Amino acid sequence: MIELSSVTKTFNSGKPNQFTAVDNVSLTIEPQKVTVLKGPSGSGKTSLLTVIGCMARPTSGRIFLRGIEAALKYQHESDGLVEITSLPESFLNDIRRATFGFIFQQFNLIKGISVLENVMLPAYPSGERRNDIRCRALELLEMFGITRHAGQRVELLSGGEQQRVAIARALINNPSIIIADEPTAHLDSKLSYEFMAIIEKLKNAGKTIIIASHDPIVFDSMLTDMLIEMRDGSIVESRRRS
Amino acid sequence: MNIHFERHLNILDFTLSSLLRRKGKNFSLLTMYLLVIFMLASLVFFVTALKREAAILLRDAPDMVVQRLVAGRQDLVPAQYAESIASIRGVNGVRPRLWGYYYDGLNGANYTIVADDYMASSPESAVIGNGLARSRSMVVGDLLPLISYDKAPLMLQIRSILPGESDLMAADLIVITSEDFRTLFKFPAGLATDLAVDVGNPKELATVASKIAQQFPDSRPILKSEILRTYQAIFDWRGGMVVIILASALLSFIIFAWDKATGLSAEERKEIGILKSIGWSTSDVLLLKFWEGVVISLTAFLLGVVLAYGHVFFLSAPIFAQALKGWSVIYPDFRLSPNVDGYQLAVLFFLTVVPYTAATVIPCWRAATTDPDSAMRS
Repeated sequence: MIELSSVTKTFNSGKPNQFTAVDNVSLTIEPQKVTVLKGPSGSGKTSLLTVIGCMARPTSGRIFLRGIEAALKYQHESDGLVEITSLPESFLNDIRRATFGFIFQQFNLIKGISVLENVMLPAYPSGERRNDIRCRALELLEMFGITRHAGQRVELLSGGEQQRVAIARALINNPSIIIADEPTAHLDSKLSYEFMAIIEKLKNAGKTIIIASHDPIVFDSMLTDMLIEMRDGSIVESRRRS
Repeated sequence: MNIHFERHLNILDFTLSSLLRRKGKNFSLLTMYLLVIFMLASLVFFVTALKREAAILLRDAPDMVVQRLVAGRQDLVPAQYAESIASIRGVNGVRPRLWGYYYDGLNGANYTIVADDYMASSPESAVIGNGLARSRSMVVGDLLPLISYDKAPLMLQIRSILPGESDLMAADLIVITSEDFRTLFKFPAGLATDLAVDVGNPKELATVASKIAQQFPDSRPILKSEILRTYQAIFDWRGGMVVIILASALLSFIIFAWDKATGLSAEERKEIGILKSIGWSTSDVLLLKFWEGVVISLTAFLLGVVLAYGHVFFLSAPIFAQALKGWSVIYPDFRLSPNVDGYQLAVLFFLTVVPYTAATVIPCWRAATTDPDSAMRS
């Protein structure tokens, strides 16, 4: 479970172009559920995702992780609750690598190297044996039906295939939480539905999924357990689907 | 296997595929780098080997040479000096030497003529250096005509040719009997060019030298160590000349390498952002850049050193030979025995590999310490 308490994220603090992307947000994200952040561009969805995913620190407020294995070694109390906002970068990085898998709007794959290597990349710094990482990456490629592209340079793949590579990459460290930022923005409807089918599989596999999207295929999906609507950095509505 | 070792291996693996993506840029950089290392290492190997050769050849030289000076110039030494010096305590033996230079108008070369009745055992015979035999296309048994001071020809039959290994010192050498030497130059009897003095105990050399200088104020004793030092200085000086010539190339390379290594393209910045966003820490990114620098510079260093080794010790350094061996008409031709000075190699390593690696890592610091969320917004 992820708990956010009065989280604010301000960019360019103290400068004339100061801008608050996330404004005093308190939120609880349930484990093994699909949570969708909905809202127009500039509503603060991506900023909130980066803060939740330990990619950036909030300007104020606190974030707690409960029952997350990678974070447990940093807990102060025995209740399994870890306050991650104040952890040093290296600790935060450990938690981020082991806990979160990221799927980006632009896929953010590294051009010039193979599909397989792109998928393996997040696991390289872990110190795991290369062969083990490779086997796991091949399993993931097989799962997404792109094994035949394993040795191909990633930029030669179609948009849908590139996204599947990005999802495989997000799963390489077997994270318990998947964060996706506008994952269907560059996909047509057919591919968007295929993406949601993958999300269903991941949900069934027990992953916690947080998606930022303004695509109805995503937020109207039956898979969505919690829909959070944002505007101007604040939560305007929070709906739990039964 | 150790987790840290695996981490390095994994990142190194990515470094290699990363470098292969920019083949053109990295290959041109590697080529330039390799060329510079090759030139510098060749120079270091060659000068070190020449100095070592000179030291080996001078090992059999006399402990001390006594010359006579008149008005500040070298003059002939009366033979009776030898008897007096031989009587100094600690002196094992004194040998008057006859030697001089001969200009050969035929090929414009200067030869060094030395009298040695043991080597050139019979009159009108000679032992000649390998370089001279090569330049005059002579073999054992041929006649070598020299023109005496009075223009009368002196025909010398070649008894043997000195081996190529001695070429550094003896390429232009002609050894004849003392009688032929005196005939050739009308060299006055009872005089010698200088005296070779052998002293049993090296610790007594300075004392013996001061006694000789005291006894014969017009004499100049020269110790073997001084001769060796002069040779070393000559080769160092020649090496320095070549370094100055190479300096402009070296400077161009430094500017080129600095520009290539420190310039972080927008694409590279974006990649760093992606790596950070997928879980790489700042130290992982810096490690990647460190390995990039090490792979380029170490490959260039190792290849450059190996090529330089082959160039100097197997091909006799054709690029530097003309400048470093000497400026005589007769160039020595010999194969240097392989000898590498670890200290100089280490200096070369620290002056090339270390700065390049640092120049690769440092500019990435800024990009690597930015928040990973920049990748999400790109």
